[in-house]
Amino acid sequence: MTNKAIIVEKLSKTFNGFKAVDEISFEVGRGEIFGFLGANGAGKTTAMKMLCGLSMPSSGKATVAGFDIYQENESIKKNIGYMSQKFSLYEDLTIRENIRFYAGIYGIRPDIIKTKTVQLLTQLSLEKEADQLVGQLPLGWKQKLAFSVAIFHDPQIVFLDEPTGGVDPITRRDFWNMIYDATAKGITVFVTTHYMDEAEYCDRVSIMVDGQIDALDTPGNLKRLYQAESMDQVFLQIARKAKRTE
Amino acid sequence: MEKYHSEQASIVVSSVSKSYTSGKTVVKALDNISFEVEKGSLFGLIGPDGAGKTTLFRILTSLLLFDKGKALVDGFDVISGYKEIRKRIGYMPGRFSLYADLTVQENLNFFASIFETTIDENYDLIKGIYAQIEPFKNRRAGKLSGGMKQKLALSCALIHRPSVLFLDEPTTGVDAVSRKEFWDMLKGLKNEGITILVSTPYMDEANLCDKVALIQSGSILNIDTPHNITHTFSKTIYRIKGRDMQALLLQARQWDFAEQVYPFGEYHHAVIRQQSTELHFPEGVEASRIHPGIEDVFIDLMRNHDQ
Amino acid sequence: MKQFYHFILKEFYHIFRDRKTLLILLGMPMAQIIIFGFALSNEVKNAHITIVNQSNGAASVQLVQKIESSKYFELYNQSTQTADIEKMFKRGAIKVALVIPSDFDKTILAQNNARLQIIADATDPNVATTLTAYLSIIVADFQKEINQPNTIPYTIDLETRMMYNPQLKGAYNFVPGVMAMVLLLVCTMMTSLTVVREKELGNMEILLASPVNPLIIILAKAVPYLLLSIINIITILLLSYFVLDVPINGSLTLLFAVSILFILVSLSLGLLISSVTDSQKSAMFISLIVMFLPTVMFSGFIFPIENMPLPLRTISNIIPAKWYFIIVKSVMIKGLGFNLIWKEVLILTGMMLFFFAMAIKKFKIRLS
Repeated sequence: MTNKAIIVEKLSKTFNGFKAVDEISFEVGRGEIFGFLGANGAGKTTAMKMLCGLSMPSSGKATVAGFDIYQENESIKKNIGYMSQKFSLYEDLTIRENIRFYAGIYGIRPDIIKTKTVQLLTQLSLEKEADQLVGQLPLGWKQKLAFSVAIFHDPQIVFLDEPTGGVDPITRRDFWNMIYDATAKGITVFVTTHYMDEAEYCDRVSIMVDGQIDALDTPGNLKRLYQAESMDQVFLQIARKAKRTE
Repeated sequence: MEKYHSEQASIVVSSVSKSYTSGKTVVKALDNISFEVEKGSLFGLIGPDGAGKTTLFRILTSLLLFDKGKALVDGFDVISGYKEIRKRIGYMPGRFSLYADLTVQENLNFFASIFETTIDENYDLIKGIYAQIEPFKNRRAGKLSGGMKQKLALSCALIHRPSVLFLDEPTTGVDAVSRKEFWDMLKGLKNEGITILVSTPYMDEANLCDKVALIQSGSILNIDTPHNITHTFSKTIYRIKGRDMQALLLQARQWDFAEQVYPFGEYHHAVIRQQSTELHFPEGVEASRIHPGIEDVFIDLMRNHDQ
Repeated sequence: MKQFYHFILKEFYHIFRDRKTLLILLGMPMAQIIIFGFALSNEVKNAHITIVNQSNGAASVQLVQKIESSKYFELYNQSTQTADIEKMFKRGAIKVALVIPSDFDKTILAQNNARLQIIADATDPNVATTLTAYLSIIVADFQKEINQPNTIPYTIDLETRMMYNPQLKGAYNFVPGVMAMVLLLVCTMMTSLTVVREKELGNMEILLASPVNPLIIILAKAVPYLLLSIINIITILLLSYFVLDVPINGSLTLLFAVSILFILVSLSLGLLISSVTDSQKSAMFISLIVMFLPTVMFSGFIFPIENMPLPLRTISNIIPAKWYFIIVKSVMIKGLGFNLIWKEVLILTGMMLFFFAMAIKKFKIRLS
């Protein structure tokens, strides 16, 4: 067992001659919050799909949670959680049904599901709403619930794709609180966001430009390096270099 | 068609309420909303998803009926004067609503034709925006990147030179660079005399508007210029920083002079209780008083509104 | 007018860029004609028959030969034991059995009064009825033949003629049926789907917020499918004329004119469905369950309407395809002119106007 949750070496993905991801290399430590930033179309989503075992790389090496992404993508799927802004929960199922469904996918024993569901509902103060349809919840609650469901099976790593898009400022902060709680339990967090203040909450941040990782360091070091006051300025300086019009 | 004469206001919303039923519960999407947008100004509706922004946009673009109140756009009532309004407005809905299987140029041509105009007629207005995507005019709209789709959608909404432009969350899910470009484009349009109503969940974009309405759960929390909103905010805010930010947050929440403490990028922001005179920050905590931002005001208004 | 032109142009782009759907739309009528023409025929051919001939005289052998030579029957087994029949039925080896009793030859010549027994497997009643009818015709024919030299007093010489379709070809019935079905599928379902898709994808939101007249949106959706349907009619007619030997006895112009009328009815119906639904799923559901199934059931193309109880016969009157089916059969097969079908044409025209008016009336100028 290494102390790295993710190791990526020269990972590439080419679509019809177009290098969506171009030889990226990085490592994510266990329990780290890793911010995966980049402009639209820089290749973030493609890279994330490869790491989640959803898409085969064209070349390069990578292990996620200790498993090879070519050979063991089924093992990877068991050991990661995934949540995105676009797809998270079934709107036409109740909160309880959603939890049971997702827990069931990961083969958790029914009695454990039961006790953990009670815990989760108490934590989110959703006891009263447990039998309401998810579609009727406000967006902020949905996102918090979706995150809890994504880490319900205690994965080693959780991938979050723009989890706070459009969420109000208070809920956004509650959400990050939940992320901190998850890392305290030893879960590694891999997150993308368009809110640059959230980049500050990450232990380390990578910024992708045109399929390559252009910068990777702690927010503090990046600000010093680019002589910027905020991550927003760092991002603008780096992302403006993009030549890709795609 | 009756036209209401209003010297300055391009959009007048007075006491508009709208509720709908979802399952068994009645949801108040808009609760007694009133505001005015000056001609030729850039007005921002700032608030999270689900605050009622889209409902308000649909009412103002004559697409939705409402329960109570009155709304005028460019002098016409949005219900009885819907035909007139539809000739005068440009609308860019929250999700990409152009034809993905049509090319860039075909889309633009189509929208020009439904407003009975041509691309050439108003080319000068969209030139700055359209020129950036013109090299890809034969590409299908569905194959464009997010930023380019947005530019195309904006070009299509502008092709008939509308007097009022409605942009529902144009920058959601868009990266910081494209967002900045987009706001620059809006500034250019404002200079052309077009009134713009734009909504966004990003608090930092409020400062780019002439006037903003902070909206949450169907109610307007505050309306003013961004400058006035932050400068009339009566509470004192300190930003604090320590070695272990997570520990500092928990610790700071115990301070009796702090009403609220919440993370804010690199720092935490501490809202100081009004009666507090002496502030004792512990050793090793770097603290300095700052001007509140829109997001600070929003958080405060939200907390008070919920209570 | 320029608006309308650009709208239609756009609809054609949608259709031509969705190659798979286009292929299905144009290929469907061909597939249907071929499937109905060669696989799903309800004609009975080469049915297995067993003949238990206990008489074995000259007359009975002649009768057996006559049955054998008919294309409707194939002799499966010949035996003299009636007990074998049930076994063969149970094995499913035969559809029908003919028992010629031992006194057949004797009685037919001496007393002019012979008996035959037909036993049919009636698990499929339609087939059983058809086969017994065929057998009866052969027997009657046979009777006439052997009676030729003599003239028997007081016999009725029944001469049956199958008008318009002497060979009793199923194609004469199903080609009009397939035409109704294909036109309905293409026009009703596809039009309703394309309008509703604009609602689902949010395009409608922009269109509604523009000064476009709803009438233009609606009409422009219908035009491409009208053209596509005309191509489909031509394909069906060519295939049925050249491959299935179905004649076109009446006026081709009239046939096209009524087909276009039916297309307009179907299009209006599709537009009506799209005006009252908000999702492709429900548009599809309504088109299939509410329109397509009743068309198959109540148009008379598979199940004869005459055999239905009164309530169902009444329902069949509101199914546009029923009237189109009658018209096509009259014009194409019987060769009738407009003076004999004007009533049906009038009904279809009324339906079209009603559906179209409703579609316009129900079209929402706002969201929800």
